[in-house]
Amino acid sequence: MAEEKYETHEYDVIVIGAGGAGLRAAVEASAQGAKTALVCKSLLGKAHTVMAEGGIAAAMGNVYPEDNWKVHFRDTMRGGKLLNNWRMAQIHAQEAPDRVLELEEWGALFDRTKEGLILQRDFGGHRYARLAHVGDRTGLEMIRTLQQHAVHKGIDVYMECNLQRLLTDGGKISGAFGYWRESGKFILFKCKAVVLATGGGGKAWKVTSNSWEYTGDGVTMAADVGADLMDIEFMQFHPTGMVWPPSVRGILVTEGVRGDGGTLKNNKNERFMFNYIPDFFKAETAETENEADAWYEDKRNRRTPDLLPRDEVARAINTEVKAGRGTPHGGVYLDIASRRPADYIRRRLPSMYHQFKELADVDITTDPMEVGPTCHYSMGGVRVDADTTATTFPGLFAAGEVAAGLHGANRLGGNSLSDLLVFGRRAGLYAAEYSKAHTGAVTVNNDQVDGYAREMLAPFENNGDENPYTIHADLQQCMQELVGIIRTESELKQAQEMIQQLKRRSKKVKVEGNRHYNPGWHLALDLHSLLTFAEAATLAAIERKESRGGHTRDDFPKTDAKYAKINLVVRKKGEEMSLAQEPLPEMPDELKALLEENK
Amino acid sequence: MPEQLVHMRVWRGDANGGEFKDYNIAMGEGMVVLDVIHAIQAQQANDLAVRWNCKAGKCGSCSAEVNGKPRLMCMTRMNIFEPGETITVSPMRTFPIIRDLVTDVKYNYQKAKEIPAFKPKPKEADGTRRMYQEDIDRVQEFHKCIECFLCQNVCHVIRDHDDNKPAFAGPRFFVRLASLEMHPLDTNDRMELMKQKAGLGYCNITKCCTEVCPEHIHITDNAIIPLKERVVDRYYDPIAKLLGLFSSKHR
Repeated sequence: MAEEKYETHEYDVIVIGAGGAGLRAAVEASAQGAKTALVCKSLLGKAHTVMAEGGIAAAMGNVYPEDNWKVHFRDTMRGGKLLNNWRMAQIHAQEAPDRVLELEEWGALFDRTKEGLILQRDFGGHRYARLAHVGDRTGLEMIRTLQQHAVHKGIDVYMECNLQRLLTDGGKISGAFGYWRESGKFILFKCKAVVLATGGGGKAWKVTSNSWEYTGDGVTMAADVGADLMDIEFMQFHPTGMVWPPSVRGILVTEGVRGDGGTLKNNKNERFMFNYIPDFFKAETAETENEADAWYEDKRNRRTPDLLPRDEVARAINTEVKAGRGTPHGGVYLDIASRRPADYIRRRLPSMYHQFKELADVDITTDPMEVGPTCHYSMGGVRVDADTTATTFPGLFAAGEVAAGLHGANRLGGNSLSDLLVFGRRAGLYAAEYSKAHTGAVTVNNDQVDGYAREMLAPFENNGDENPYTIHADLQQCMQELVGIIRTESELKQAQEMIQQLKRRSKKVKVEGNRHYNPGWHLALDLHSLLTFAEAATLAAIERKESRGGHTRDDFPKTDAKYAKINLVVRKKGEEMSLAQEPLPEMPDELKALLEENK
Repeated sequence: MPEQLVHMRVWRGDANGGEFKDYNIAMGEGMVVLDVIHAIQAQQANDLAVRWNCKAGKCGSCSAEVNGKPRLMCMTRMNIFEPGETITVSPMRTFPIIRDLVTDVKYNYQKAKEIPAFKPKPKEADGTRRMYQEDIDRVQEFHKCIECFLCQNVCHVIRDHDDNKPAFAGPRFFVRLASLEMHPLDTNDRMELMKQKAGLGYCNITKCCTEVCPEHIHITDNAIIPLKERVVDRYYDPIAKLLGLFSSKHR
């Protein structure tokens, strides 16, 4: 019996991942009376959410009373190039304010307006100042608040525990299997429902803002049991990552710098974003520097092009650098020093001030920053039902970055933290409901578990001589060069071949040492998910023969109406991946009308 | 700049013991200590255990002692050392070793559980929560804590005195207690905990914690001393004691 062979725990709901979505899901599932465990790869409170800087988008109307969910819905859809799941975008815009206020009930302290309410800041693609924030460390406030709340609710937390495989029985979830990082011993969870809250796969790229955790685990676990993936071709390259020195390349520079008045310039000191305003956003974007600057004070002016959605800005920076108008280190300048007083910058952007001072010897209150695009966010992921977050596999739910749909082809800044709260809560709620409706005993398939255990120990027994770090570095190089911000068919096909080679090499990985807290072994196991994520993203990128949001094709540089109505769905069966085009759900007329308003 | 070799001594071992091992590794421009550790891991010691996440001083995972000084490895630039200097990296000393640079920091998570949760007062008549920036500035300073536990590591009450751990919460949790006590909405009373179980009295304000805080939180001046004053006011001030007979919570 697997239960006797391995450390075994039984729950109603297992939540995998303890960032914003996982914590919120666990809090909700537990509140619904489900016996819930929260399982995370790092220590509690270290998940990627902690790095989020700018804020949580929620149409509370504290700064601009004209703001409401309908405007937020419109902005989200337009930012996503209308490929978003309309129902998710609607739920998200409607529920985000309540989720923010709930954090306040749990002890969060957001920056305040003069009237004592939650202050909201400007961000790219949002019509009004909408992001609830705490300086530039909003993610820290959010994760700490949720963490402390979860701890006091008595939720069982398994830290530094890496779940790698989902267990299934009779076509539905029956548990999950993985290992303790500390001891290297296996651990088996029996449960009725699993919530995936594992984040994205940005660690497959070389220049990335993502930490070691972002290996595409959730996407891979879901694909491995046959759940649908969707929109996986869309990767967000955040326009502003650090570029110098080389060791910090990719570390995020918050969009809040531009929200608070910073502007992008090339080496000719030109504010080049005025040259990159697409027709789609022309009507709402300022055409002159005066108009753009006036917008910060009065929203009756049109928005500065510095705050166009991220895909537009990242492409513009890429073009400027390629045209020879970049900085000495291959970025562009981001200047807030000449535009805002030093004490304002230090107060609004303390962590950016600190980060540049410590890591790059740059004082952002006197000098411009050098920035360039960095791989940041997976818009695509596991396909979910809009209301319940249920995936296409019974008993499996997904929320946050691992799930697809809300953001369409491009995510707006600030919409991630709100996504985590809104759909994290729903995932916990519906996973708990599902577990209550399934009253039968959960059985674990012994052969399945033993098979996974053997697979996971293989790197110790292989005869090969491959180094897991080298394979990972080769994959990052491949994705960076061939499946990056600008893509083309021949390169994508080359990437496909390289990924297959890397898969073969990954079977020959040999790890040294033993199972006791061994990062070499951990990375060797993560290669499976990194490669699966990369393979799915590349497959879908070849199929979408157009440019839209976080997917730009050099060989098909325009949007194509044919693809405007289509999601790409990837399915994995055994080692084979297949691809299908599926129509977007039809949007109700009253929501369509919102998209046309105030264009 | 051409790559130069740097000589590193990194502690390798587990709960049963260990030793410093020498590594010579190529260093690139702008590198931090964590980059060098990662390079050793990728090229010379695949199984070198180290915790890290954000690599930007925001998550507090990569705490260690660099040349004996408690630091975040991701925020420690290599160019602060003399060329040719040997750089020693060892795990935090106050916590039990798991392996190499990874320590068992469970103690901190246990202490976090013992602090009574935030309990807000009722909302305003109009259903809102009104707080003013000037009233939350000082609490926001405490919320900057990234839980790197360097303050816990350096605190001499527990650094070489495991026996004090059950009766001492440590600077991190004094900051947490201060953030709750000074939260404009909170109503919970943690005074007894501070005096007894959290062991606030053990701290003799040597400010070691403040010195190592990578977030520059004024732990001693802004958190610990005001908490000590509150405890004194409650338990030792005769007038407050008298008033205490008529009120359930003292501020």
